[in-house]
Amino acid sequence: MQAFEYARPKTVRSAAHLLARRWGETEILAGGTDLVSLMKDGVARPRRVVSLRDVAELRRLEFDPRMGLTMGSMVTLHELIAKPEVAEYYPAIVTAAQGVRSEQLQNMGTVGGDLLQRPRDWYYRNGYGLLAEWHGRSLIPNGENRYNAILGNSGPAYFVSPSSLAPILIALGGGVRLEGPRGYRDVPLERLYVIPKSESEREHSIRPDEVLTNVYVPSASKIAMAVYEVREKQALDWPLIAAAVALRLNDDKVEAARVILGQAAPIPWPCLEAEKALVGKKVTETVAAAAGQAAVHGARALSHNGYKIQLARVAVKRAVMAAVKGVA
Amino acid sequence: MAECKYNWPKARDRELIGHSIDRIDGPEKSSGRAKYTYDTNRPGLLFGRLVTCPYAHAKVNAVDTSKAGKMPGVKAVVVINGPGSEIQWAGDLVAAVAATTEPEAEDAARAIHVEYQQLPHLVQEEDLSKVPAASQKPLGEQRQGDPEKAFADPNAVIVEGYYGLPVITHCCLESHGSVAEWTADGRLKTWTSTQYVSGGPGEFGAGLRAQKVQVDDKDIETICQYIGGGFGSKFSVDRWGIVAAQLAQQAKRPVKLMLDRATELEIAGARPSEYAKIRVAASKDGTLTGWESESWGTGGMGPSGAPTIPYVIDVPNKSTKHTQVFTNIGPVRAWRAPNSPQACLVTMSAFDDLAAKLGMDPLAFLRKNINLAPEFLRKSYLEELDKASELAEWPKYWHPRGDKTAGPIKRGLGVSLHTWFGRGHAGTGQITVRPDGSVTVQSGTQDLGTGTRTVINIVAADTFGLPLEAVEVEIGDSRYPRDGASGGSTTVGGVSAWTRRGAVDARNELFAAVAPSLGTTPDQLEAREGHIRVKGDPSKSLTWKQACAKLGVKPIQTLGRNPGPCDLISGGVGGVQIADVSVDTETGIVKMNRMVAVQDCGLIIDMKTAESQVFGALIMGVCYSLYEEKVMDETLGIMLNPNMEFYKLAGIGDIGEFKVHMMTGPGYDERGVIGLGEPPVISPGAAISNAVANAIGVRVPTLPLTPEKVLAALEKGAVA
Repeated sequence: MQAFEYARPKTVRSAAHLLARRWGETEILAGGTDLVSLMKDGVARPRRVVSLRDVAELRRLEFDPRMGLTMGSMVTLHELIAKPEVAEYYPAIVTAAQGVRSEQLQNMGTVGGDLLQRPRDWYYRNGYGLLAEWHGRSLIPNGENRYNAILGNSGPAYFVSPSSLAPILIALGGGVRLEGPRGYRDVPLERLYVIPKSESEREHSIRPDEVLTNVYVPSASKIAMAVYEVREKQALDWPLIAAAVALRLNDDKVEAARVILGQAAPIPWPCLEAEKALVGKKVTETVAAAAGQAAVHGARALSHNGYKIQLARVAVKRAVMAAVKGVA
Repeated sequence: MAECKYNWPKARDRELIGHSIDRIDGPEKSSGRAKYTYDTNRPGLLFGRLVTCPYAHAKVNAVDTSKAGKMPGVKAVVVINGPGSEIQWAGDLVAAVAATTEPEAEDAARAIHVEYQQLPHLVQEEDLSKVPAASQKPLGEQRQGDPEKAFADPNAVIVEGYYGLPVITHCCLESHGSVAEWTADGRLKTWTSTQYVSGGPGEFGAGLRAQKVQVDDKDIETICQYIGGGFGSKFSVDRWGIVAAQLAQQAKRPVKLMLDRATELEIAGARPSEYAKIRVAASKDGTLTGWESESWGTGGMGPSGAPTIPYVIDVPNKSTKHTQVFTNIGPVRAWRAPNSPQACLVTMSAFDDLAAKLGMDPLAFLRKNINLAPEFLRKSYLEELDKASELAEWPKYWHPRGDKTAGPIKRGLGVSLHTWFGRGHAGTGQITVRPDGSVTVQSGTQDLGTGTRTVINIVAADTFGLPLEAVEVEIGDSRYPRDGASGGSTTVGGVSAWTRRGAVDARNELFAAVAPSLGTTPDQLEAREGHIRVKGDPSKSLTWKQACAKLGVKPIQTLGRNPGPCDLISGGVGGVQIADVSVDTETGIVKMNRMVAVQDCGLIIDMKTAESQVFGALIMGVCYSLYEEKVMDETLGIMLNPNMEFYKLAGIGDIGEFKVHMMTGPGYDERGVIGLGEPPVISPGAAISNAVANAIGVRVPTLPLTPEKVLAALEKGAVA
């Protein structure tokens, strides 16, 4: 591992001042479950690591029936799962957090870390870059792409967004606060993620010297919600596809719908066609299946990942049914 | 005929043998007191680190170690494959360093500059049409009977299929490696994670002399008390073991050199792949008549062997052709039952497809053709098929191919059978009975986690009529009497036989020493329940301690050997397994419900560790059936998943319920002790693949049975 400077500030403000203005020079350490392995593998080589461990203001986890849920970015997945109000009012958030099938990762992993962990793409992790370019072309479209993107994959990025929480938080209308040396800004979570166009960009719109401080989720008392992950293994493993659904129901009819796919595209993927297929309908198996079909509108298979299109259809269908049945 | 003196005790006299006994080193292992090679930390220890080649095929043009040699903490540098060397797989060794801390060693390894000239590589072999002829070695046709005639028979029922399984790695939880330490007088001590402790000194000696380090084998000691998995990949101390000793010699300090996880998966173990196009024919009543196969597979750059197919069931008319494919995927190593899981999968899948076409229950199909199996296995196979059927509730759960119940979840059952030889290896152990009553067994054997220590303990204690804790077992050190390598399921047969012989000799010496004081002759004595007593007259007895005190100051010392007099062991076991799975036909996810394993292995020494062997094999079987694959990138020539994240293994929630039944009693016990490590890992691939076919109605041709492949098979099946 390359030698680095280690900083442990006590406030967000001082953390922001310790961050460089260019990506790669500094990295934020939260739970460390991702960054440490990236550094060991030489994929991340920061000059300075800024730990948020001592920043007490990032550990808030508060619920207010009117205002909704506020999660500090250093709240652990375990704390989130254990909070009774989260389980009661946002059951699908708990389902998503429990999808991280490791006690160790739940104990160490944080909300901010989950949202901003780097892609798991094996070309990236083997040191070939986020876009896996080799002699000017990406290795992925005709390479070993069984886990790669089926949506938003017109290039040059083919990795998938790995966050467990982002799809459901987006579906629930969540937002984040980003704090830099010159103040803060609030961004809808949906707009946080972007598909990078070059190797020097990242998969989100955070500036290199900003800290993600809080996640806000509006009150969801009238919302039927669910997360459905297609898992090859029950033991620790990445889902092959994940679908998050939030429905506002009125007398059985869907008034408003959000359908977001995880592990499907370089960003959490909003399935606008699926949402349209649900609004105004009473949810039945047929309607749910039609939403699943609509969810993969515009999907494109690479050489070995066509099966994920089918998985996305099924995940959306099952998430919609789970939401209306209230099984999260 | 007189009873041979070493024979196993009769069933009623076995106080320990055959009972279900906890492994004696369980508490050490579960508490962390057991020290593995990885845990060995000597005073002044240095950490070794390897520089490995990032290319699948390359020539080394230059190796510059000048910068690394001057870095802080660096005490030794060795060039392993210098300029002019040709590297045949990514991850192969180029150089190594030793430094005072792991990070320093890592930094120094990174500072070694190697210039390579990249050469063309081949890392994918499933599509044989893309493999250049120069990388193929056809082994010629093997023929028996008249296959053309069998297939031309208008009454023959014929199926044609494609089956296979990819290269997988051993993925030992403790990676390969050694700690090496030289003494001031030029002797070498190594702690090595190895399946062959007694072979350590000879291999270290030869390897070091080849590197111009002068040392005699007799001055080398190899130790391995505990090992975190070998599975056939740890017979050798390996080049990196020699390098550890070279570094230690150069630095004049002990060096630990263990492979990192990525290197472990890249180069320290690979099971050859096997793909086969098979045609198989039977008469309408299900009797097998013809077999034709064209198969291929790779074991890296070396010959990988040709799995013998058809497996176990020898079809009378057959033609088989096998092609070895040479690839730059890394070196092949023996993987638990070499060639057999491959042969079993392709054979039993083809038979299962034929049974389905015939409209036959696959159990009935196997029974029908059991006369084509080796004669000595037929009776036990029939008994095991019955037992497995009963335990799996086959009549209740089996249905003709394709679960017709509503909904996306389809359930199915599949069966397979297997065999293995497993005759005990040659070996020795020394048994000491001291005047204070203490008993020690010493041998240079090793316990791979299979229960070797426990088996030695049970046999010795049973022979002396003592409780387990009265016998001390010391193994895992090459200074002890020589024993064989633990491979081919040969250890339990070997060690139980020499333990029995040595213990009987020691016991008889003790009988001779105490007979006068009991007023009888040695042949009238028995060792039972902690006493030496006169047969039929328990009132005349001495406690074990009293008896041993009669030895005066001279302990009894015997050397047990295998082979030796009396038939204590044999070879040749059989087993039948049934898998029960549920398949989500919308997602292609396969879920294990149950695995039933019925297995024979002659006389069982410890029922519990025997069952544990089968449990472990079933877990490993589920892993290679559903998840494992060494994923190679065609362009880069590297392994993409050399980690525990994407080299997928089952967790406890993925394996389902296991039912294990060991065949014992008449027909089994009298065959003596036979090894068990390998056989139960052979059938899972075929049983699980057959269960999936039974559930969804179509064959998924190759392992692992991933959602991608299951959905593709369903789609293809729906079109056809």
